[in-house]
Formats: sequence, C-alpha cells, structure tokens
Amino acid sequence: MILKSKTSILLFLALLLPAAAAPVHVVYWEKWNGFEQQAMQAVIDKFNASQDRIIVDYYDQTGQIDRKTLVVTAGGDPPDIAGLHERNIATFADAEALEPLDGFIRAEGLSTAQWLDRYYPIYAGICTHGGHVYAGISTPVIETLYWNRTLFREAGLDPDRPPATLAEFNAYAKRLTKHDPKTGRLTQVGFLPQDPGWWPWIFCDWFGGSLYDGHNVTFSTNPANLAAYTWMQQFTKDNGLDNVKLFSSEFGPWASSSAPFFTGKIAMIFQGCFYDNYISQFKPGLDYGVGPWPEAVPGVKDFAMAEADVLVIPRGAKHPREAWEFIKYCNSTNPKAQTREELQGAELLDYLQVKLSPLKEWSPYFTDHNSHPHIGMFRRLASSPHAVCVPQIGIWMEYNREVISSFDRVRLLDATPEEALAYSQDRLEASWTRYRRSLERHGQWAALGEVHP
Amino acid sequence: MTRGEKKQLRAGLGFTSLWILGLGAFTAYPVMASLYYSFCDYSILKGPVWSGLDNYTQLVQDGLFWKSLRNTLFYAGLSVPLGTVVALGLAVLLNCEVRGKSAFRLLFFMPSIVPVVASAMLWLWIFNGEYGLMNGFLNPLLAPFGLHGPAWLADPAWSKPALIIMSVWGTGNAMVIYLAGLQNVPAELYEAAEIDGASAWQRFIHVTLPAIAPVVAFNAIMALIGAMQLFAQAYIMSEGANGNGNASDGNPARSTLFYTIYLFTTAFQDLRMGYASAMAYVLFIITAGLTWLAARLSRGRNEGAL
Repeated sequence: MILKSKTSILLFLALLLPAAAAPVHVVYWEKWNGFEQQAMQAVIDKFNASQDRIIVDYYDQTGQIDRKTLVVTAGGDPPDIAGLHERNIATFADAEALEPLDGFIRAEGLSTAQWLDRYYPIYAGICTHGGHVYAGISTPVIETLYWNRTLFREAGLDPDRPPATLAEFNAYAKRLTKHDPKTGRLTQVGFLPQDPGWWPWIFCDWFGGSLYDGHNVTFSTNPANLAAYTWMQQFTKDNGLDNVKLFSSEFGPWASSSAPFFTGKIAMIFQGCFYDNYISQFKPGLDYGVGPWPEAVPGVKDFAMAEADVLVIPRGAKHPREAWEFIKYCNSTNPKAQTREELQGAELLDYLQVKLSPLKEWSPYFTDHNSHPHIGMFRRLASSPHAVCVPQIGIWMEYNREVISSFDRVRLLDATPEEALAYSQDRLEASWTRYRRSLERHGQWAALGEVHP
Repeated sequence: MTRGEKKQLRAGLGFTSLWILGLGAFTAYPVMASLYYSFCDYSILKGPVWSGLDNYTQLVQDGLFWKSLRNTLFYAGLSVPLGTVVALGLAVLLNCEVRGKSAFRLLFFMPSIVPVVASAMLWLWIFNGEYGLMNGFLNPLLAPFGLHGPAWLADPAWSKPALIIMSVWGTGNAMVIYLAGLQNVPAELYEAAEIDGASAWQRFIHVTLPAIAPVVAFNAIMALIGAMQLFAQAYIMSEGANGNGNASDGNPARSTLFYTIYLFTTAFQDLRMGYASAMAYVLFIITAGLTWLAARLSRGRNEGAL
C-alpha cells in the first residue's frame, strides 16, 4: 500500500516536472520587417539565451499595429508586448488599454524616478503619462537638419556650414531654389515644409510655440504657432502655388530612390536619425551633411525633435511579468561592454539598427564603434534641454489631423494662417472638452486631473 | 398547421439553423449593439456609458460631419450618373454585332475584377501631376493656351474629380447587367420602330431605355449605395498622393474626406466608437432615404413609360 502511494506521488511529480520547467512564451508584436526586425531578432535571441524561463516570440505586424493592438486588447486576447509609437501612449493609457509598469519597476527595487533618470529626459517623458510609466523605449529617434553638400557647393555656399539661424535658413533656401529659365517652373528648391510633411507641428515648437500648456489647447492662442504657419505659407507664396503643386507632384515616396532629397530636387530637409540608413540604401554616395536645427528663437540652441518606438504591455496580457523582463532587458545595457559580443539590450538593438541609445550612459564599445556617421550629433541633440516630442494629450491623433489639415490649407493658400488656426482651435477646444467629459463619465478625470489640473 | 407542414417547418428550420445562428451572432447582434452604442460614450476598451442623444447632437454641430457628407454627396452625385452613362454606352456598343465582340466584352469587364488596392496604385500613377498619363494627354492640348494639367490628387480642387473619373474604371459589373438587359429587349419592337422610320437614337430613347428601365434603376441604386460607402480608393489614393503619414484625413486639405473615412478615423484613431456608431446609423438613414427616393422616381418613370 505504502509502495503504491509512493509510486503515485512519484508519477504525479514526474508529470508536473516538465510543466514546471517549460519556459513561458511571450508573444511580441512589432511593426518592423527588414533589417530592423533582424536587429530586434538578434536581441531576442540573446535575451532568450541569457535565461531559460522565458522565450520571446516575434510576430511581424507591419502596418497599423496600433489599431491591431487596440482591437485584440478590446477582445481580451492581446499580445504580451506590443511595439507602438510614442504618440499612442496617452490615448491608449487614457483608454485603459495599457498596463502601468510602476509596480514592476518598484519590484526591481527602484522608484519610477530612479528608473526614468537613466534615460535622456526627453525619452523619460515619452515613457510616462498621467504620472505613470507605461512604456519602455525600443528605438529612439531624433529629427534634425540634413543638407545636400553638392547643391550647397553649386549654389556657392560652404557645404560644411549649415544655416545657423532661421534668417540664414531662409536665405539659403532662396539661394538653393532654381527655376527653368524658359518655362519659369521650379527645378530645385532649397526647402519645402511639405516634404516629408509628417510633422508640421514641430515647426510650432521650433518657433518657440506650444500646442498644449498642460491645461488647454493652445494651437491658435500661442503667437509663435501663428508665426510658424505664416513662415510655412511663405514658401508657397515665394515659389508660386501652381509651380509648387506641380513640382511636388514629381516627388517619389520618401523611402525610394525617387525621393526629392535623393534626386537633388530639395536641398535641405528635416529628417530622423534613421534617414542615414535610407540614404545608404537608396542613394549611396550622396554627399550630405547633418547638423542641428537653425536657431529660430534667439538663445535656443540645439533644438531637436524626438520620437520613439515603444514597448508596452497591453491590458489583459497573459504574461505581464515575463513581458516586463524583456522590456527591462531592452531598456538596460552592459555599461562596461568593450566588445560587440558584450553589448546588451538597448545598445545591442541600437547598434544593429544604427541608431542612438535612449539611455544616458553609453558603453565604451557602443560609443566608439557605432557605425552611424553622425551619432555624435544625435547624442548631443538627444541630451539637449530643447528637445521636444508630441504633447502627451489623449486627443493627439485628432489634434495632429487638425495640425496637418491647417498646414494643407495654409500651404495651398486656401486660408490665411489666422483663419486656419482659429478654425482648428475651435474644433480642438470642443474635442478637448468632450474628451475630459468622457474621462469624467468613466471616473478617470479625478486621477488624471492631478496631472492635467 | 397540419402534421406534415409542422414536419416541413422543423426540417426547414433545421436546415437553416446554422445560417440563422450566423446571421444572429455576426449581423443582427452587432447591428443592434451598435444602435445601443450610438447612444453611449463608448471606446470599446471601456464599458459603454449611456449619454442619451449626446452623439447625435454633436454630429449636427460637427463641421467635419457636414464636410464629409458634402464630399460624399458630391462624389455620388457625379459618379453615379457618369458610371451609368458609361456602362450603358459600353453595353450598347458591345451589344452590336461586331467582330471580336467577346474579346471586347472581356477587355471592358476585366478592370472591375482588379483588386481595389492594385487599381488605386495604378491610378495614383495615372494622376501624377508631372509624370502621369492623364496629364501626358492633357498637356499637349492645353499647352497652346499656356496651361498645364492639374496636380489632380495633390490639388483640393481636382482630387474629387480624379476619384470620379477613376470610378468609371469599375463599371464592368454594371455593363454586364446592362448587356443582359439589352439582350432581353424583344427584337420585334426595334423592327416596328424601324418600319415607323425611327432613327437609331430614337430607337434607343423610345425602345431600349423604357425596356431596360428596371435594369437602369437597379444599377443606379446599387451604384448609389456603393458611392455612399466609398472608402478604399479614397483612403489609399489620398495617402499615396499626399503622404501625411498616419493622418487618414482625406488629404489634401480634407478634400477627399468622405463619410466612411471620417467614420473610420473617429472609431479607430480617436476611439470614439459611440460617435462612430451614431455616424453609421445616420449614413444608413441617408442611404435608405436616397434609395427609396431613387426607387420611387424610377417606378414612376417606368409606369409612365408603360
């Protein structure tokens, strides 16, 4: 009888053993394919090999990952980790679609302030909303000025000296603009704000404006925003509406060999640190320079725009603890790494994606061997106190549409900057009121109100 | 009900039960749920909170709702008649006894089976202001007047006309239905008209059109419903030609912000499912109203013709 019982216990334990030892599979959705995916896969492989409890499985969800994540989260079957954009965080967090990471951070023996202090301030801000940490950074981006050195030379400009001030930038843009002597049509422009046209909001910040003051929408009430839109419209006025429309319809997709900066149709452009990868791919040998944004507000040097791809844990994820382990890994480094093999987490990913690290402390190997040709410039801009990112406001997607619509109306001379901004301000004020009312209805405004008083 | 009839009813219900279940779960329930959500503050991630007529009153005050409705009605108002004329014209031509008739029918029908995304990419190139095929034809004609073809999809004044022209590309389905209708017109009517001295145009107006009037009405109503729901072509081409990233806002300057695009961005970018549900119901009422009007007008005309 005793023997029988012992055998049963042994058999039962034997059954449990493989289950207890089986690693947890973490489902990770990401928007990348191509070399960025390969880089992340290398990080995943290293993470998976570093321990035996968790296996991260990468699923390519190229295209509209935010909407896919939203739908599966609502359906109660989200991935454990989703690779979103920084602009999604406020909206998703307010919609209670994200797990706050605060508890995980505290479990590591750190306060959230200590955790965030490891990042450049601009990226620390991106990770948070409403006083909580919701994200880790996967890939940081800094946007700044790129110029075509060959076109600078042809225009009699010093290719090593980019415009230092807004006045210089405007003068350079005029000097770099060429017309066909017979038809009068544009053949080359110094700058056009609609290329790439993804982020006209940044010009408001560049001019010293802001879109949100922590209480209210300030799109038309901040005079600097109006100045920025007036400046943007001037490029159409100077070059002629029909001329600009026809000229810009020649532009190919930004990530193609027919992109205007690659074909020499545009001499100066604001783009992200990822652009060097695309230059190598689509226009190898292009003689170009990278420098800081010209000084638009006297005294504001090293202005920069920051963006980031972020890692979040959607609400209802089946393995949040394990997901956190991977996010933590991707947001940590080996600060003493002397070799490529010793690189870990954020630095390994950013080394392979040829980008900068979002963390302040860089290892010797990452600092000295990063193959990005302008990594020093981007590091400087990432640490700048004048780096800005999209405002952490839950109606940002709607806000951005208004910003772009106003931009379209202004650059197409369909409205004066005053008219366009006033129209959008009215819409945004109504949206912000409605959004706050919705948060109140769901009992969230009291908590968020401490952050947005 | 007799025993046999009851048995038949049970068998009938048994055979259709799967379909009824599917209809209930995947159509009837969502339709009724969205009606309820249209009266709620709802984002799909948080529970719905009843807000009464709030969504509907906001709709009335929403400038973009009216703009998107105007854009949609403009598109429907021009694309439906144009599509009807082109499809009917092609059907009449393809109904003639010409050599290679089948090949021509195939050629004109083929575009309607090309996937929307593929055809949208093709038309993006056709409408390119500088290198596009359209301006390749137009520019030599306009050059003597010192003019140049428009920038089409990059120009708010021309973006909707461009989409209307593109809509003709998909008239193959309607054309086939017209063709079937034309082949059912009794030949003796044409013979009688010919004996009475009617010209080809008079035969078309007084014989062909009245005879196929129900087919025209059917096609026009289907085209109207399709036009009111225009989405994919406009979404792809607006982004492709203007490329403002993730905006999905009917660029340039919201000139191609159609009703369903606004509904989509409201639901999936702004997470306002309750508001989007209200929009969907308003669209349903408008489409049903227009369809009823079209059916009533065509019925009156058909009765008059007979």
